[in-house]
Amino acid sequence: MAAIEEGLVGRGNRDGAQMFREWFDELSQTAKGGGQSAYVFVMGSLNELLKAFDLPVVFPEINSLQTAVRHVANEFLSEAEDYGYSPDICGYVKADVAVQLRHGDHPMGDIPKPSIAVLTNACNTYIKWAEIWQRMYDTPMFTLDVPGTREADGQTWNGDRDFENDKRYVEGQLRELIALCEKVTGKKFDIDKLRETMRYANDVSVGWQRVLDLNKSRPSLFNALTDGTIFLGVANGFRGSKEGSVYFKELVEEMEYKAENGIGTLTEEIYRLIFVGVPCYPIFRRFNEMFTEQGGTFINSTYLSFASGGANRGFEYDLKNPIESLAEGTLISVRDAMDNMFYQDRVLAGMIDDYHVDGIVYHPIKSCRTVSTGLADARRYLSKNYDVPSLFVESDMMDRRVVSEAQMKNRIDAFFEGLASRRRTAQIH
Amino acid sequence: MAYAAGVDVGSTQTKAVVINEKREIVGRSLMDTGANVVHAAEQAFDLAAKDSGLRDSEIEYVIGTGYGRYRVTFGNAQITEISCHGRGAAQMFPDTRTVVDMGGQDTKAICISPTGEIVDFCMNDKCAAGTGRFLGAAARALDIPLQDLGPTALKCNKPVRISTTCTVFAESEVLSWLGKGKKIEDILWGVHQSIASRTTSLLRRVGIEEQITFTGGVTKNIGMIRALEEKLDAKLNVSEDSHYMGALGAALFGLDHVLASRNPRDSVEVSP
Repeated sequence: MAAIEEGLVGRGNRDGAQMFREWFDELSQTAKGGGQSAYVFVMGSLNELLKAFDLPVVFPEINSLQTAVRHVANEFLSEAEDYGYSPDICGYVKADVAVQLRHGDHPMGDIPKPSIAVLTNACNTYIKWAEIWQRMYDTPMFTLDVPGTREADGQTWNGDRDFENDKRYVEGQLRELIALCEKVTGKKFDIDKLRETMRYANDVSVGWQRVLDLNKSRPSLFNALTDGTIFLGVANGFRGSKEGSVYFKELVEEMEYKAENGIGTLTEEIYRLIFVGVPCYPIFRRFNEMFTEQGGTFINSTYLSFASGGANRGFEYDLKNPIESLAEGTLISVRDAMDNMFYQDRVLAGMIDDYHVDGIVYHPIKSCRTVSTGLADARRYLSKNYDVPSLFVESDMMDRRVVSEAQMKNRIDAFFEGLASRRRTAQIH
Repeated sequence: MAYAAGVDVGSTQTKAVVINEKREIVGRSLMDTGANVVHAAEQAFDLAAKDSGLRDSEIEYVIGTGYGRYRVTFGNAQITEISCHGRGAAQMFPDTRTVVDMGGQDTKAICISPTGEIVDFCMNDKCAAGTGRFLGAAARALDIPLQDLGPTALKCNKPVRISTTCTVFAESEVLSWLGKGKKIEDILWGVHQSIASRTTSLLRRVGIEEQITFTGGVTKNIGMIRALEEKLDAKLNVSEDSHYMGALGAALFGLDHVLASRNPRDSVEVSP
């Protein structure tokens, strides 16, 4: 228990929040000094490569969700809608447009303008989004085309002809990106510096996979929806940095301690749940409370996989062949991020047994059809093939106007009534 | 004899039911919910008790359900109307596997197990299309009483197709069909078909298995029963008391508690 007094338990949350503040402070300094920055996305940020060029990274998705968590997203959404964007498009895009219209003024600090935009095809909106910066600032835009899984259960691996072709295809693109980064920054590419950032990225990936795996413990060690989102933010923002490397080593230490000592997130863990989709950021805490109040805790989430760009796979780069290995890791990880959206049924089926799951909560959102479209199919497949109850509750990741707390509460209550009834029946028989 | 009650505080109407230990309804009441939800719940309970000929004190357990369930301040527990409609339907029609509950502001598709437990459910989201409100909008636009909607719609010869799914726009679409000279009954049948179509879509999400029991206030509308039966190609279970199904289910859960508490070996936990 001495370790608790020394601050081991809860350290990941505290340090993560502090690192976030420092990150945004640095971005503010960059913005004020007119420095360069790279705009990137969570699914394939290539942070390790950009850090090798000393480019501070801006994640517009994270900026946007922060406006929702801080209950000011409506101002940003309205501003973008007044400018002409439709209420029906991605809320992240609109909040970012408003940040740009406000010359980078954001609740967490000042956001620098993009010197380069790096994106993947993991989300179709990424491409149209980056084109906005291209139009606004004439920002060079690089789209990394990562081949996805061609069919269900059809992943290819090292040695397969398709995989080798895909790897070469990604590697060729990365070499083009390196040349573009040299042009934008005026700095010569330093392969040893890339090795260093990749080594740090390895620590993040390995640590992230271990942390997720440790949550199979009973009781669960962290809430995948709330705590997990903090860890996820660090995994994205600090990938390829020493701070990220240290953070994840310490987070593993914290979680291993909690596992050894049976320290969970709730006083009494009654139901272990999986969350599928993107969180309801406009009522982030309240949404989670509606589950924890009834003894439900989220022990894993597809969000922690796809929004970490597939870092959950724990891919370790071969530092002897950095560019080839970066291509391989990017291919495997970004493909996994896409699979977590497009082949969720497979992913969830794997989690059900591993994590001793009592129920699955699907959260389709209005402003992201990419992550929401397949949820009904995945749910149908799992209902048919696995004996796990599920809840389908719709809202949004940004737009409070389409979040109805009363309706949600009704559905969530009914879901728990069903779980209780099911457990009682199982005990009788 | 043991008695329990259920009070279902809906968005439009509040229903209360008193049952005896044979699970028979011995008292019922129905009233508009209005702005004072607590008062509506109290009054509905008092009227149902009076209808049963019992004193309030003779009713041992009261469960609140519906959107206003937490406003049934005199109740002993709260259970969602999803569980209550499932339970009530299973009691009234024991072979029920699918329940469609259509109320003033939402429509629910509920899949229940042979033992009456909720297996899955699905509801309309943040939109009143496909609910009783949609019918209310049509009645207002056509200036005919709610109770005449169904019988009028069944006189249809050439149904019009209502394409909008928005309750607000439905009113203007109805008016535009009137402007084109279409008959009221043809427009109304189109409205019923539109709701039936949307409801069937909800039902398909949970899986349609016979028998199907129709519950909620819209069960009073014969046109809606026929439109759903046509769309589903199945006969629906409907009773005179279908409107009270949520309150009945709540009362049944309450009775479980009363009976279990008399037998110390049984659990007295109140839940579905």
